[in-house]
Amino acid sequence: MSNGSAFPSLPILDQEPTGRRGFLKACGATLGLAAWATAMQPLVEWSQELSVDEFLQKHYRELKPAEKQAVFRRLEEDCKKDHGVDVTISDPQAIPGVQFAYALNLSVCIGCRKCAEACHIENNHDRATNNSYIRVFEMEMGGIDFEKGDATYDHPVPQPGKFYMPVQCQQCENPPCVSACPIEATWQEEDGIVVVDYNWCIGCRYCEAACPYHARRFNWEAPQIPAEEINPDQGYLSNRIRPQGVMEKCTFCLHRTREGKMPACLEACPTGARVFGNILDPNSEIRWVVENKRTFVLKEELGTKPRFYYFFDE
Amino acid sequence: MATDGNWLFYGWMTLLTAIALVGANAWAVQVRDGMIVTNMSDHVSWGLYIANFTFAVGLAAGGVMMVIPAYLYDDEEMHELVIIGEAVAVAAILMSTLSVVVDLGRPDRFWHLIPGIGKFNWPMSMLTWDILVLNGYLLINLHIVGYLLYMRYLGRKPNPKWYVPFVFLSIIWAISIHTVTAFLYCGLGGRPFWNTALLAPRFLASAFVSGPAFILLVLRVLRTTTDWEWSPRPARTLIQIIRVAMSVNLLMLFSELFTLFYTGSGHAASAKYLFFGSHGATGLVPWIWTAIALNLVGTWLFFLPHALERGSVRVAACLMCIIGIWIEKGMGLVVPGFIPSTLHEIVEYTPSSTEWKATAGIWAFSLLVLTVLIKLIAAVHSRQLHPRSLSETSA
Repeated sequence: MSNGSAFPSLPILDQEPTGRRGFLKACGATLGLAAWATAMQPLVEWSQELSVDEFLQKHYRELKPAEKQAVFRRLEEDCKKDHGVDVTISDPQAIPGVQFAYALNLSVCIGCRKCAEACHIENNHDRATNNSYIRVFEMEMGGIDFEKGDATYDHPVPQPGKFYMPVQCQQCENPPCVSACPIEATWQEEDGIVVVDYNWCIGCRYCEAACPYHARRFNWEAPQIPAEEINPDQGYLSNRIRPQGVMEKCTFCLHRTREGKMPACLEACPTGARVFGNILDPNSEIRWVVENKRTFVLKEELGTKPRFYYFFDE
Repeated sequence: MATDGNWLFYGWMTLLTAIALVGANAWAVQVRDGMIVTNMSDHVSWGLYIANFTFAVGLAAGGVMMVIPAYLYDDEEMHELVIIGEAVAVAAILMSTLSVVVDLGRPDRFWHLIPGIGKFNWPMSMLTWDILVLNGYLLINLHIVGYLLYMRYLGRKPNPKWYVPFVFLSIIWAISIHTVTAFLYCGLGGRPFWNTALLAPRFLASAFVSGPAFILLVLRVLRTTTDWEWSPRPARTLIQIIRVAMSVNLLMLFSELFTLFYTGSGHAASAKYLFFGSHGATGLVPWIWTAIALNLVGTWLFFLPHALERGSVRVAACLMCIIGIWIEKGMGLVVPGFIPSTLHEIVEYTPSSTEWKATAGIWAFSLLVLTVLIKLIAAVHSRQLHPRSLSETSA
């Protein structure tokens, strides 16, 4: 030991284990390390499925075009490997001069949940949980009171004395989920759609706590979908199969709507209750509804400014 | 020195290590298989982990109640012991950080949170504020504890220039960590149960009970296991603080409940579920009434003259208030914020065994670190550990 050293030594660090006590301590430390390795074994198994490229992938908005293409090809390969299915990952961009909005006619909706089912299939949701971005509430006539609503009804529809209210992401102009995210993994696009980079999200679920409309979902485990049921037309920011442990949400089917198609939920609606389009286009149907119907938005008092309008016919 | 001791000490350390390992394993399985192994859901998306996080932040902030008498009121005897409070703060911050890490769906992407390397949504996200203040508080306390301890170890008088400014900074900072943690919740307009301006003051008041109460227990252990002696006065000061803080805490809780229940608006839905159950769902009712009972009896005990003496009344009062506040901040505040959901659906939540194991593991690991810290402090204080001691023992 440095008995005469001018520099005082730190405790513990240079204390050599000597004698019986030191030997026992060394044994204990070895055992402890072995136990630690055993306890952490599941982590090792899990990390073997992670690639370095995936781990180091940058935020979507910082990827250069070539890097984006490399990421999309990698995801396609991963899907082939994991599910045995050939898929294409597209990345349609927001169209300048377009602001999407949605309206729903509550006088016409019969609560058949075809929209929720279409969402389930279109967006490659986990089959076992029957997940969907849309929840349909059976409400009591005489008011709009969610406390008297029921989203788990299981009987023929429509029932007398009831009306039906599908709720999905309101694509708020002032989205609380976006402010909440600590790492900008979720943001609002130019056309108003709030998206998530599934490869950047850390899964803290603060956005889920912040959302006033129960619009966000978490992947509590890796989604399971039979190969033949996977929708192969996938958008990077929308319906591609999500990884375990990240948030997801409705994107107004941007992989369809930015290509001029309608959202899957609208196409599936048998009563024509749903109206979707570009609110900036003065000749659009959605513009006509918002200008001529007595529309309302959910929880207006929160100042979130939803782009999802409800209205009644009569 | 920090790792030597009698068989009781080794038993304690082995027990903590074993629990920490069970917790580590539970977490590793959770990362591999997904958070489906917890009982959280899209309706109740935060549970035991974030509950424990909230409590731990309060514990860390509570340590400041030793710093204020010691430095602002020049209480010399408190000055001797203040390093214990700072050690508790360090361990508590560690506990809060681990509680957040186990709550992440993708811990492998932790680096996305590092400013400069990842994408730090500051100043918009309150979570980024929380990361900053918690890490800042950890660094400040590590510096103060480390510097004072090292000077004492060397037998030199600490230079006030090197730590007093940090001590004053730590007072403001302690208030900030629990304020920002409250802002995480009360800033959310979509959660009426949390969306109240009273939340941050309530957090602080309860922290100034749980922190000092925990420190009182640590002091008790220290006094019975080492030769370190001190007068009964610092502990009495802490008890006076607890008396005031707990009374204020209970008053604010009452005020909150009055506003909710007397108005009877939809904002009371969560409180109704929490205290009385709703639509046949009563999962949190036993929790909150246990907390209320523990807090009331604990407070009553603290007001007894016996609490000022070194006896079992004080220990019982401390334990009751610590457990009461742990429930009140967690199962009584974080969880009911989600029930009913934002669309008024009632989905209940009870922690899964994975969540209990991981949380126990975090407690055990933090206590392990605290034990080593306290043991080191005690050894340096009693001059068992000084620059010559190492060479003497090995000679």
